[in-house]
Amino acid sequence: MTAPLLKVTDLQKSYGAIRAVAGVSFEVMPGEIFGVIGPNGSGKTTMFNSVLGQITPEAGSIELNGRDITGLNPRQLNQRGVGRTFQTLQVFGKMTVRDNLIVAAQEHHGSMFSRMFAPGDSGLGGKADALIDQFHIKHVAHKKAGELSYGQQKLVDIAMAFMSDPDLVLLDEPCAGVNPSLVGGISSLLKELNGKQKANGKASSFIVIEHNMDFVMDLCHRIMVMVEGQVMAIGTPDEIRANKQVLDAYLGN
Amino acid sequence: MKLITKLGIFAFVVLLLAAPPTLKSYGIYLFTYWLIYVIATMGLNLTVGYAGQKSLGHAAFFGIGAYTVAIMMQAGISFWLALPTAMLGCFVVGLILGFPALRVQAIYLAFATLGFNTAVWLVLRNEEWLTGGTFGINGIARPNFFGLALDDALPYYYFVLVVTVIMAGLLWGLLASPWGKAFKALRDNPIRAESLGINIQAYTLLSFAIGAVYAGVAGALFASLVQFIEPAPFAVHASILMYLMVVVGGPGYFFGPVVGAAVGVLLPEWLRFAQAWYMFVFGSAVVLLMLWLPDGLLSIPERLRAKRLAREASAARAAAAAAVPTQAQQGAQ
Repeated sequence: MTAPLLKVTDLQKSYGAIRAVAGVSFEVMPGEIFGVIGPNGSGKTTMFNSVLGQITPEAGSIELNGRDITGLNPRQLNQRGVGRTFQTLQVFGKMTVRDNLIVAAQEHHGSMFSRMFAPGDSGLGGKADALIDQFHIKHVAHKKAGELSYGQQKLVDIAMAFMSDPDLVLLDEPCAGVNPSLVGGISSLLKELNGKQKANGKASSFIVIEHNMDFVMDLCHRIMVMVEGQVMAIGTPDEIRANKQVLDAYLGN
Repeated sequence: MKLITKLGIFAFVVLLLAAPPTLKSYGIYLFTYWLIYVIATMGLNLTVGYAGQKSLGHAAFFGIGAYTVAIMMQAGISFWLALPTAMLGCFVVGLILGFPALRVQAIYLAFATLGFNTAVWLVLRNEEWLTGGTFGINGIARPNFFGLALDDALPYYYFVLVVTVIMAGLLWGLLASPWGKAFKALRDNPIRAESLGINIQAYTLLSFAIGAVYAGVAGALFASLVQFIEPAPFAVHASILMYLMVVVGGPGYFFGPVVGAAVGVLLPEWLRFAQAWYMFVFGSAVVLLMLWLPDGLLSIPERLRAKRLAREASAARAAAAAAVPTQAQQGAQ
């Protein structure tokens, strides 16, 4: 059996009297797309932010590729191969789309000192252009990212997370605010990126938080349902759909 | 680069080289003064315009540079040793001033840097044994350049011009490297930048330190230009004026400081006809500019381009609507 890429064990975090995450454990396998669903306030975002180093959990451990990464900051995590997208738009508004993609990976090349003398695109221009083609945003590649439509910015935001060939990408509501026709497009892009082998021979794993059930059920290999800071169920989409407890608590009929 | 931009730069270079010899010594002095402010505000443009750190303490570094050179030259040390000392001193103090920026941003950072400027100014004014206090330091010599005396106004002007070009070239190179993108990423969205592996702490500190070095060089040249320094030109009001120059020229535009410093240094001279009304005219011009061009004078071409694109887009929409009149009529019914 292969070792898990990400192993979260007994994660806990409280805000005052509220136990936002109360002992959550799960594993994400290499190449897996792992969905996280649950009602608002169920602790999905707190769990996410703990894995991403935005907040420090009170207890529990997080391991990436067998190494403890608990308490590392977002920069250190990114350097170890964790990428992310944001629920709200987080592009660099005054930079061009192409520069947004280049800056998303440049700090993975050379030292800070050597980058002072490196070419402006850090040798990443070709890679940026390939992702721009794949995301169908070539016509806006040289526009400032802040001038694009919401959907286009969302695509830029997702593409940025993949520039540095991360082992693990956390996607926070990739479909939030996106029109239905683009939801399908994002889904197939993510499947494409997941199926593609990286230079090191490994495939990326994703963790996806999303409220769009059709999207989650179609995209994810396994799904974790969180309710009130705890794990209610983990299973394949079919298992989750058939789970009586989950139906009652969240999916409804 | 477009032809008109190239022609503009060419004409500008000709003006810089050919105009001063035709001027009287006060005119040459003003041109030199302007270039010194260009160097200082290039540094502030890095800190404010590119890296997005709201600093109101830039004149303190201008002062540290000027006093370092003045004190060392008074002690008989060569300008060419005093200049790197001033640059190093500004770099170190700039790094230290960067630390508050790791904790506070925007208006809070502005006030923290303003406090720093006041503290430096008080040292310049009160530590008479070192700085001469309010009497200042006079008789500051001008440097020799490999045996070439720069005592006269015109040679010193060309010397400052060469230094300006070198400093601009270095900044251009830095901004064209991946560092330039990292600074802009830090400005546009620090949280996102950090999630992409960018060391935002290091870039914040360095944006202050490198910006401070530019102010230090400018201060060193300033001390030798005016040959007498006292604390006033390094007080908070000078920092505010420098910030204004960056904003008026266009923060984050490479040539913004060239235009901004011209507005701050040369325009007041041309407004002398207004006499007592000069500050009123100048102030009103700044207010109007901020209303119409919040991104500075150099944002004009971009705004015109955006307007043209919007016009073309609406014309295209109108044409598309006209091409399917039946549908539009059906929609109206």
